[in-house]
Amino acid sequence: MYLRDFYGKAIARIFVTESTVKIMTKETSLEDRFQQYVDGENKVEPKDWMPEAYRKTLIRQISQHAHSEVVGMLPEANWITRAPSLRRKVALLAKVQDEAGHGLYLYSAAETLGADRMDLIKDLLSGKAKYSSIFNYPTPTWADMGAIGWLVDGAAIANQVMLCRTSYGPYARAMVRICKEESFHQRQGYEIMMTLARGSEAQKKMAQDALNRWWWPSLMMFGPTDDHSPNSAQSMKWKIKRKSNDELRQEFIDKTVPQAEFLGLRVPDDALRWNEERGHYDHGEIDWEEFYNVIKGNGPCNKQRMDARNKAHDAGAWVREAANAYAAKQAQKKQSSAA
Amino acid sequence: MEYTLRLGDNALILGQRLGEWCGHGPVLEQDIALSNVALDHLGQARMLMQYAAELKGEGYTEDKMAFFRDITEYHNCLLVELKNGDWGKTIARQFLFDTFNYFFYTGLLQSKDERLQAIAQKAIKEITYHAQWSAEWLIRLGDGTEESHKRVQKAIDALWEWTGELFEMDEVDEKMCEAGIGVDLAGVKQQWHEKTAEILEIATLKKPEDGWMQKGGKQGEHTEYLGYMLAEMQHLPRMHPEASW
Repeated sequence: MYLRDFYGKAIARIFVTESTVKIMTKETSLEDRFQQYVDGENKVEPKDWMPEAYRKTLIRQISQHAHSEVVGMLPEANWITRAPSLRRKVALLAKVQDEAGHGLYLYSAAETLGADRMDLIKDLLSGKAKYSSIFNYPTPTWADMGAIGWLVDGAAIANQVMLCRTSYGPYARAMVRICKEESFHQRQGYEIMMTLARGSEAQKKMAQDALNRWWWPSLMMFGPTDDHSPNSAQSMKWKIKRKSNDELRQEFIDKTVPQAEFLGLRVPDDALRWNEERGHYDHGEIDWEEFYNVIKGNGPCNKQRMDARNKAHDAGAWVREAANAYAAKQAQKKQSSAA
Repeated sequence: MEYTLRLGDNALILGQRLGEWCGHGPVLEQDIALSNVALDHLGQARMLMQYAAELKGEGYTEDKMAFFRDITEYHNCLLVELKNGDWGKTIARQFLFDTFNYFFYTGLLQSKDERLQAIAQKAIKEITYHAQWSAEWLIRLGDGTEESHKRVQKAIDALWEWTGELFEMDEVDEKMCEAGIGVDLAGVKQQWHEKTAEILEIATLKKPEDGWMQKGGKQGEHTEYLGYMLAEMQHLPRMHPEASW
């Protein structure tokens, strides 16, 4: 009352300040409650309140993941028409088809956060959104189908097993389903490598060459080292992520090196050796310059992959329009017959 | 053996063609759907080639059948080896072939050859779905936009001359039919004409008149397209003939 009588203008300011404080208090408490909720290992569901930054981080991560599945179809689809046996052809086609399915689940998971699939796809096609850089490497030989299944899917699984426990419910559930299929793909890839490694000299050479080319890019899939990964801490706090890039990378190396030994193939890293004290393999330096360059668009296939996606999207425009027009006509017919 | 191989070749060559679409479809859902159809054809091809290989003996396998025969030894109908073209052309080809395949395999369910009958029993479920799916798409495109109507009509017109061969009875067909193993194509022809007329009308498309028909695929006389397809499909096993994969 006192302020209102004497300082007309100031009153408004005080009210603004008060309400801001109120909102902030409310917001802080909501965020605190959210954090407590997540800390209690509860799953966040689409209709729950969540911090805007949490929502944005998830949309970015899930859509990148979806894009990776879809772009990731291309390097393997490259071998469907050339697979060397009917059994392999069927398995490869089914695998690439699974990836399209994963893309669908993930776009749906992103849509539960309020994103629109078409907008997300537009961001991919314009180059605004990213996808996993690994798919910017070429697949010149059949052994690449083995190496991708074994190493690339292997690295993806390390990450995705962790994501099965991610705090956002729809994402975690999509991951459970995806992980089952991915482990099947990985076994399939390893089996291709095994067949080659136990085959003729030419086949062995093919397998070793593929390992040489895919090893380092696979290690890069886990992202920058922990001290260069600025978003990681917040993601860990929100339990979107549960292990750091370096931890996951180490897990992958420890698991994969004995598998390579079993195949009789050499991992292309002179510094690789078992460290008894740490209980882990030590490994050589990753070429981060290459990593950042491929992200920037300088990988061997960045342009090719984006061209292929854009071409499919553009060539499909009239088909999507026709399907929509037909659906609209049908809906109208139904409406007029009901009326 | 020859009869089985013809069916196997139809399935393999069409499956191979459709496999080219994977990763390049107009929308993810349809990419998946078309891959499914391709997988069904490849699955049928494997069953048929395994059977043909057994009948042939001499250490033949499904892969030797698929990867070590040259163009003149392939016995598929010409329609399935044609290039995919755009989505409209692929749908039109699927519609024409799937409708044939549906009536053909329905007939094959009565085959006196137990193995073919068993294969037909498994395949007919898939083929029924294919025929349903491609007819639905044909209707959607025919009765969609002006552009889609134009595109798919053009595709139907262009593909028509490749359909006559589907119903052509040669010596092998006659013999198999008499033995109660094969299917009478005259009956299939009539059913096919009735069904395609019905669907084309719903799709607001014009059914082309039967004119000159291309033929020869069943006897090993093919288009130029098949040679390139086989070159691509077969190169790796042929480069390493002793290897297993």
